[in-house]
Amino acid sequence: MSFLVCRQLQKTYDDGTEAVKGIDLACGEGEFAVLLGPSGCGKTTTLRMVAGLEKPTRGHIALGGRDITGLAPSARDVGFVFQFYALYPHLNVEENIGFPLASMGLAPREIADRVGEIVARLGLTGLVGRYPRQLAGGDQQRVALARAMVRRPQIWLMDEPLGTLDADLRLEMRELIRAQQLDAGIATIYVTHDQEEAMSLADRVVVMEGGEIRQNGPAAEVYDRPVDLFVAHFIGSPGMNFIDGEIADGRFVAPGLELVLDGQVRPGPITFGVRPEFVRAVVDGPLRATVKLDEYLGASRNIHLEAECGRLVMRAEDERRFEVGTEVGLDFAPAHLLFFDPVSGARL
Amino acid sequence: MAAWLQLRGVARRFGAIAALRGIDLALAADEMLVVLGPTGAGKTTLLRTIAGLETPDAGCIEMAGEDVTHQPPAARDVAFVFQNFALYPDWSVRRNLEFPLLAPGRNMPRDEIEQRVGWAAGLLRIEGHLDRPAAQLSGGEMQRVAIGRAIVRRPRLFLLDEPLTNLDAKLREALRVELALLRRDLGIPMIYVTHDQTEALSMGDRVAVLDAGRILQEGAPEEIYRRPASPLVARQLGQPAINILEVERVGDEWVGTTGVGLLAAVAGDGKKTLGIRPEDIAPDGGQVPGVVRVVEDAGAVWILLVDWAGTAIRIMTPKRRGFAPGEEIYPRVNPQRAVFWPREEENR
Repeated sequence: MSFLVCRQLQKTYDDGTEAVKGIDLACGEGEFAVLLGPSGCGKTTTLRMVAGLEKPTRGHIALGGRDITGLAPSARDVGFVFQFYALYPHLNVEENIGFPLASMGLAPREIADRVGEIVARLGLTGLVGRYPRQLAGGDQQRVALARAMVRRPQIWLMDEPLGTLDADLRLEMRELIRAQQLDAGIATIYVTHDQEEAMSLADRVVVMEGGEIRQNGPAAEVYDRPVDLFVAHFIGSPGMNFIDGEIADGRFVAPGLELVLDGQVRPGPITFGVRPEFVRAVVDGPLRATVKLDEYLGASRNIHLEAECGRLVMRAEDERRFEVGTEVGLDFAPAHLLFFDPVSGARL
Repeated sequence: MAAWLQLRGVARRFGAIAALRGIDLALAADEMLVVLGPTGAGKTTLLRTIAGLETPDAGCIEMAGEDVTHQPPAARDVAFVFQNFALYPDWSVRRNLEFPLLAPGRNMPRDEIEQRVGWAAGLLRIEGHLDRPAAQLSGGEMQRVAIGRAIVRRPRLFLLDEPLTNLDAKLREALRVELALLRRDLGIPMIYVTHDQTEALSMGDRVAVLDAGRILQEGAPEEIYRRPASPLVARQLGQPAINILEVERVGDEWVGTTGVGLLAAVAGDGKKTLGIRPEDIAPDGGQVPGVVRVVEDAGAVWILLVDWAGTAIRIMTPKRRGFAPGEEIYPRVNPQRAVFWPREEENR
């Protein structure tokens, strides 16, 4: 059963900008849902409407069976996290973390218990008496996370909380957020533009674009079976490769490429999609391409290629270098080819 | 390789903080050096010192064989691209691009100005936007204009300070590739500063890892990734982060903290710190059992969090089969990819 339900949620700003175009969104009890999309897709506006920081133009929001559409933010019992704030310099670690509970008027005994619990889980026990200036940067962030997540609201709403952090700290904080959330079992909606972050955190990924939801499903589904060209390109790093061509006589035909297909695909103009990890360099592959750039990534390489039918990226093993300017043959893993309607963009 | 830019013992202090502590660096005329480091490492100060915006307290800087340590920025003929684009928002793209060429004393003929603006706009694929006000551009287009404004001058040296950091993840990925292609066409030496390990590995001919004002290691991306000089360097590169285990040589094996043999020993003795990247541990084929705790879907690969030999390790593995939390597996470390360091005196 869904715990948070948004129905036909819409936001039009005074200047006529339609930021969110009537979306239906649900989040189950204890579920971690990620709203993912580029700048301006409406993800933050959606989150802010759930928090009560923006008033919807139309639509309804219910939390735990109660309509909260007209309620003030403070009456909603939501925990809104938009970044892990600077700590209060005059309070020690314990007091910083206990601050939100003290503001709620909790008894000192209960505050001490709750703070003790989260401090132990985040490995901060030895630091409780220290002041922020006495902490290393990473520990400051962990304390800030503890403070943001010490309260147990009905739902957590997080708006790119890790956006300003360095990469290594971001990874660690991401895992801590997920561990805290799993442990507390509190429904969470998390907003990000980073598809990798979304994939790693989410029970469910909600891909948004232009104020609409494009796809809503588990990470693996969004990755393996994207509903359209936008999702296929946005998810994955780099995104899916596309080749425009035509289906005729059971073959996919594009400039410089002819592929015999196993299954039935409807005839006519079509866009062929394949992820970089399913492109392989094979001496007698059906497509000839020239290496434009070899990007070393540590665990693998992205080989950027140019063929008669367009640009492609191949994910290759880290030990195999590809010299810029050389020609390679390419083949595609047959089980992983997708086809899209070139006009509507929908996957066929 | 004759160095075009040479830094010798460059130091810079701000009050009590030593931002740079004796930097030695060399850059060849056609080279791209990426300086990787966390916030506060001294990256920006290093660039500003090379540009002449800061004067070093000690050491010297040479460009093309000439000592420029005390030359003003203008005399160095260096271009700087910042994290925030700093365009004139009301001006057209064309006027923004022309501006650096109109500096008094340059007296550049009109047709040459137009030729250079056309050249930069073509390289950066912003020809279609030349007459639009900068404020109407998207973030990615603005950053391209900012880069264009730096290259029209055809400076002797190009300094880029986290130019992609403020962009959406997807756009960052696209511009990263464009910059890598662009730099081949430009043939101007570049120093690129970032905290993003993907950018460092994929864009640099060489990478210098900076921490607390010191260069910890410098070398080809493959070398820094595969043979990091210390755990501190190792942790700066790789996603997910490298696994670090304490081991001791017993007989012909390296034994972990719980006393079980983790991998065969070829050389070395005593107590060591072992570094092994997540992609260099296979989930099967080893001797010591582990339990899968978390299975993360990272799109092209699985990332497994595994309790193994008394510690938590991460394994990155192709999606050849599925894994379930609670499953028993037998991880196998690729001994050729293991890195050993003298045991660290932990002080954190």
